[in-house]
Amino acid sequence: MKEFSYVIKDEIGLHARPAGLLVKEAKKFESAVTLSCKGKTAAAGKLIAIMSMGVKQGDEVTVQVEGPDEDAAYEALEKFFQENL
Amino acid sequence: MEKYIGKSVYKGTAIGPINVLKKRDGIVKRQHIEDVAAELERLEAAKAQAQAQLGALYEKALQEVGEVNAQIFEVHQMMLEDEDYQDAIHSMIETEEVNAEYAVAVTGDNFAEIFANMDDEYMQARSADVKDISNRLIRNLSGEEELDWAHMEPSIIVADDLTPSETVQMDKSKILAFVTVHGSTNSHTAILARMMNIPALIGVPMELEQLHSGTMAIVDGKDAVFCVDPDEAMIAAAREMQAKAAEQKQLLATYKGRPSVTKSGRKVNVYANIGSVSDVAYVQENDAEGIGLFRSEFLYLGKTALPDENEQFNAYRQVLQTMGGKKVIIRTLDIGADKNVDYLGLGKEDNPAMGYRAIRICLKQPDVFKTQLRALLRAAKYGNLAIMYPMIISTEEVLRIKEIVAEVAAELESEHIPYAIPEQGIMIETPAAVMICEELAQLVDFFSIGTNDLTQYTLAIDRQNEKLDDFYNPHHEAVLRMIQMTIDGAHKAGKWAGICGELGADTTLTERFVEMGIDELSVAPSMVLSVRSKICEME
Repeated sequence: MKEFSYVIKDEIGLHARPAGLLVKEAKKFESAVTLSCKGKTAAAGKLIAIMSMGVKQGDEVTVQVEGPDEDAAYEALEKFFQENL
Repeated sequence: MEKYIGKSVYKGTAIGPINVLKKRDGIVKRQHIEDVAAELERLEAAKAQAQAQLGALYEKALQEVGEVNAQIFEVHQMMLEDEDYQDAIHSMIETEEVNAEYAVAVTGDNFAEIFANMDDEYMQARSADVKDISNRLIRNLSGEEELDWAHMEPSIIVADDLTPSETVQMDKSKILAFVTVHGSTNSHTAILARMMNIPALIGVPMELEQLHSGTMAIVDGKDAVFCVDPDEAMIAAAREMQAKAAEQKQLLATYKGRPSVTKSGRKVNVYANIGSVSDVAYVQENDAEGIGLFRSEFLYLGKTALPDENEQFNAYRQVLQTMGGKKVIIRTLDIGADKNVDYLGLGKEDNPAMGYRAIRICLKQPDVFKTQLRALLRAAKYGNLAIMYPMIISTEEVLRIKEIVAEVAAELESEHIPYAIPEQGIMIETPAAVMICEELAQLVDFFSIGTNDLTQYTLAIDRQNEKLDDFYNPHHEAVLRMIQMTIDGAHKAGKWAGICGELGADTTLTERFVEMGIDELSVAPSMVLSVRSKICEME
């Protein structure tokens, strides 16, 4: 299992567009990807669940990856957050 | 004749027949089904059809409103495939043995409710997206046709609320305006209306049942009035407004890309006032020569804690980079008892306009100020930044600010963090600052006159007090002389002076300001071209 934390910089937070892209990205991997923020946790492949976490600018999210391709998933997702959020 | 007042999201005038879009009665009948497998198959077919429709809508939106706005349909496609959403529908069909329409309607309402109950305005607006995809599925399941736009007269669209897929499917040449009962300024209706340049009113308190398609109406986006069944005189007046606006718009467009120079060659910088990072788009759209007032309050308001240095740095840097080498003047924190934030614990005051606010807070709570200054100095490496301090009344304040800036620079230096010290100026918005402007000019790089507060303090008139409307004269000679004194004071020291208050956008005064020697006028983005045209027409 690997995890990293990231503080959201996007002005409107984890809004529909990046959330949609995140779902796409997470689904590329076999590993289970979970997102936690402010005491809530959701699978990164579930769009409505991650949007309803209400992640805002300045919030810290923790991303956990676990599975056969967790190294690749970790790297791709960390890059995704830095570029999109 | 019936008049309604709403909230305008796009200014402009429209005249024409209304087309009332009444939603399906919203009641989806619950029916018992025998064959669960067949029902799930029906659902799958409706879903596949919905995916195809959304794909087509995405392509259409891409052509008409650009990629950023089209992406919502991709999001819809993903919402439609959302595991939780689909699981809920499936399990309802399986366990309760109900028809797919009913399962979708109930699930859609439940998920829409989740978003509607969130404390974030943006997320609340997303409940419309969930409803939109659910309605699409239901329509497909029941074989309902979508609205026939091809055979519609150009009209004013009146509805309870509009979903993004409804607005994009519409044939734009047939839409004169949008008028809706619900919707927020964050809704897709609002965003798309702005993109499409269609007059739009939201939050209009009307009973759709009492309105009939075909009735003439006027939408006045300027005053946010929706007038149904107007008389001849009102229609004539509205037509005149339309003609003027069209003429004006055409004329103003010719000023894009031109410098703001009078015929005799005097250059005045026409900058824009903005309040958030996303407003930069309007600055560019209206071809402002820079940003003359970037209110930094958006970083502080509506939060539960102070924004940290990196959050601020990123916002400032983003604006500076987007603006290229153009000047960006950022005003430091200007909150006080009227624009309050809980986490600063400012408390209530009897006279907030003259209270503990702006630079006074920054000087009393230097930690708050230093965080902002660190972010600004770091961001200064990324573009043409200037910092402006609000509510100054004395040279001591300016000297104290300079000490703090020097401390911040020394800290950054010792931490080996790249920074630059940008141009620094002050707002002239108190009569005290005007009276000592010659001394102040020695200490700063520029002045920017905040006419709203300066007028209020000079005339001793509280602008929130309606009883004083008769006494309030924004063109009061006293205010104009104050402005003249400020400009002269700046020039004497070889510094420049601008106006960033509302008066700067008053085109009846543009000529006078230029004659007074003003160097810069910073106005709302939508006023940039009007002010530029005034300047270019001057001798």
